[in-house]
Amino acid sequence: MVIKEIQEEIVDEFSMFDDWMQRYEYMIDLGKSLPLINDQYKTDDNIIKGCQSKVWVHAELDDDKLVFTADSDAIITKGIIAILIRAFSNQKPQDIIDADTQFIDEIGLKEHLSPTRANGLVSMIKQLKLYAVAYQTQLN
Amino acid sequence: MIDVAKIRKDFPILTREVNGKPLIYLDNAATSQTPTQVIDAIVDYYTNYNANIHRGVHTLSQEATDAYEEARAKVQHHFNIAKPHEVILTAGTTHSINIVASGFTSLLKKGDELLVSAMEHHSNIVPWQMLCERTGAILKVIPMNEQGELEMGVYHELLSDATKLVFCNHISNALGTINPIEAMIKAAHEVGAAVLVDGAQAAPHLKADMQKLDVDFYTVSAHKICGPTGVGMLYGKEEWLAKLPPYQGGGEMIAEVTFEKTTYADLPHKFEAGTPNICGGIAFGAALDYINAIGLEHIAAYENELLEYATTKLLTIEGLKIYGTSVNKTSVISFNIEGMHPYDIGSILDKLGVAVRTGHHCAQPIMDFYKIPGTVRASFSFYNTTEEVDVLVASVERARNMLA
Repeated sequence: MVIKEIQEEIVDEFSMFDDWMQRYEYMIDLGKSLPLINDQYKTDDNIIKGCQSKVWVHAELDDDKLVFTADSDAIITKGIIAILIRAFSNQKPQDIIDADTQFIDEIGLKEHLSPTRANGLVSMIKQLKLYAVAYQTQLN
Repeated sequence: MIDVAKIRKDFPILTREVNGKPLIYLDNAATSQTPTQVIDAIVDYYTNYNANIHRGVHTLSQEATDAYEEARAKVQHHFNIAKPHEVILTAGTTHSINIVASGFTSLLKKGDELLVSAMEHHSNIVPWQMLCERTGAILKVIPMNEQGELEMGVYHELLSDATKLVFCNHISNALGTINPIEAMIKAAHEVGAAVLVDGAQAAPHLKADMQKLDVDFYTVSAHKICGPTGVGMLYGKEEWLAKLPPYQGGGEMIAEVTFEKTTYADLPHKFEAGTPNICGGIAFGAALDYINAIGLEHIAAYENELLEYATTKLLTIEGLKIYGTSVNKTSVISFNIEGMHPYDIGSILDKLGVAVRTGHHCAQPIMDFYKIPGTVRASFSFYNTTEEVDVLVASVERARNMLA
């Protein structure tokens, strides 16, 4: 599936939730259940320090696709990472460069992507794009 | 006693809703809310006598100048400052500290020592680190114990003839600890060191008497004490302010300017270059009037009751730990729940209409001391109620259940 389709699928899934409680409970479940990154990549080199929570990101190329793994020390942040990874990982670098994160607004989690929230997520998205740009250059 | 129901009517913002729930504002240590009396002073200024000060001969300018200088007098009397020109009106605490740190550049030499407390806000650390870089002076840290109290024994050992400056907050923003600044100032003076006290957190809770404290510099932000943002005070003893060079050049701070040489204006104008925050200064004065009409001693007594009530209730929550447990503390509760991240708790509290602060509170060294990423901080003001504390406790319980 291309990024746009995955994002639509996520928006569809979230439309089943009646209120923020259900959305948050789902995020917390996602955050708890997924081991998102191999411990060997949870290094200081891969860390994005926010004032509120920390995020680790690792990227590697699998054929012509970019695979992301990431983690956070906060569960809600980790839940959002799980959703972002689902949309952006295993995609071609150019598609990642072209994609946007509008769907996070649509599923009612906009506040977590505010630059002033300082939870590391905005920097993480920037980092995903930077990796994509770097690997795209490599592919060219 | 204070009449909380009556007081709450002075704060229009307290009637609003957040995420469909009544706002419960418990982030008072970050900024306090603004009463109608202060909002009215702001509106009155822009509606009736907005003009630049200290230079116009026209009526509006004179009225604005009088109101601004009257505000300076209010600040002077509130903090029992000997002379009006020892009150520098600044943009706030950070600005005030930077004026002093910048000024000391020419007064320090390599190897001079500065002492900083372990529980400072970054704004009372970074300007001094920059000063050390410029001068080769050495920054030494006064450590704290597990309760969040400064280790006074070590402080006395650190003091020496090499000590030139000591800086410490009066009350810690992250822990609420009231520091023994009177004893610290006395000891520093015995070795000839000057003391700067960051009073940003203290101003809303207690009346600091500059002459009694015998402090050399004291800083305050108006927005922590029901005033507007972007204005505050630097108190400095006249002898020190005379020694320090100006911080910024510009209009207002000069006596005479030619291209060959400029002579500086007298205090306080030497440190007040450019058009100041005139409206903010006037509103700062209005905020002090408001606080003094209620009485800081009544405010402190009531906030202590809230603190005790909230501490007891919060500690009934399983796994909850409070950081900053000194017996001398104000109405700030920094806490975590075992195994849970403060960001997660804060995000859920926000959804429930409860405004708290999460993170490192611009005091990373404290978080490093406790080896935690941050805390959830609830800080109470005199317009908060025990019912609001009950909602806080129930909301934290709910967050805990969701995250467990």
